[in-house]
Amino acid sequence: MFLADVVGTVVAPVQIPLLDGRTLLVVRPVQPSGSATAKTRVAIDTVGAGEGDRVLVIDEGNSGRQILDAPDGAVKTLIVGFVDAIERDGAIIFDHRTGNHAPSG
Amino acid sequence: MYLARVTGRLVATQRYEPGLEGVRFQWIQPLDEAGQPMGAQLVAAVALDVGPGDFVHFIDGREAALALPDETYVPIDVAVTGFVEQAAVNGRDLAKED
Amino acid sequence: MRIGKVVGSVVATQKDEKLVDCKFLLVQIHDHQNQPLEDYVVAVDAVGAGHGDVILYATGSSARQTVLTDGRPCDAVIMAVVDSWDLDGGDNVYEKWRDG
Repeated sequence: MFLADVVGTVVAPVQIPLLDGRTLLVVRPVQPSGSATAKTRVAIDTVGAGEGDRVLVIDEGNSGRQILDAPDGAVKTLIVGFVDAIERDGAIIFDHRTGNHAPSG
Repeated sequence: MYLARVTGRLVATQRYEPGLEGVRFQWIQPLDEAGQPMGAQLVAAVALDVGPGDFVHFIDGREAALALPDETYVPIDVAVTGFVEQAAVNGRDLAKED
Repeated sequence: MRIGKVVGSVVATQKDEKLVDCKFLLVQIHDHQNQPLEDYVVAVDAVGAGHGDVILYATGSSARQTVLTDGRPCDAVIMAVVDSWDLDGGDNVYEKWRDG
């Protein structure tokens, strides 16, 4: 799993049946500091996240199929958690209530 | 899954069978969050009604084969999973841009 | 999938027993404009491709999803021979019947 920031929304009227009715969001994988770490991708939302939120993303098919209970589903990238806070070495380095990153170190 | 633009059509009659009969192939250009090309163009298996110029999302890896409607135990590693009407990022709609 | 051109074959008499019967082809990867890249892949042939053919290949776990490669240690498989393609609504970039 990795941290990501939700940066956009996707509207797709024609999809594979498994995705019908599900929310897709554009997510940017990030370090705790907020800098991008990998390619921005599209994820299935399972927690009700929105633009600007920091989330926990899993990008692996077997896990994705377990979460959606779809043994033969073509799924891989899912938002599986909403990040409230990130602690590192005893200090809070991210807090969603402020949306800001506390200075680390 | 990633965003992409369909750029072309590819014909290949001699293909792995049984399993790939009726599957269409199209070129796609993966895009980043600014709508700019991200990496090399890929050939995707397509089982939806999309074509060149369309904005889509796609899946890669083994899961791509599962996006096909019939036989899913096939050697496919990129497949289009949806037609995107709108992709709003930073107040821009990437689907409406070139 | 990516495309490439079959530029040769690889003979390996000493190999994992699960790879006996597999034909290895040397593929030079091409881009969407059919320009060769300085990048090669050794792929198992599942369609009867020949020298000079432009082919489609799949990688990773997907490469094991053929009757030939099922359960074998194979991570690239040729799953189609390309006839032609077009781009951006233009003329065909490649046509097998023209390829010399």
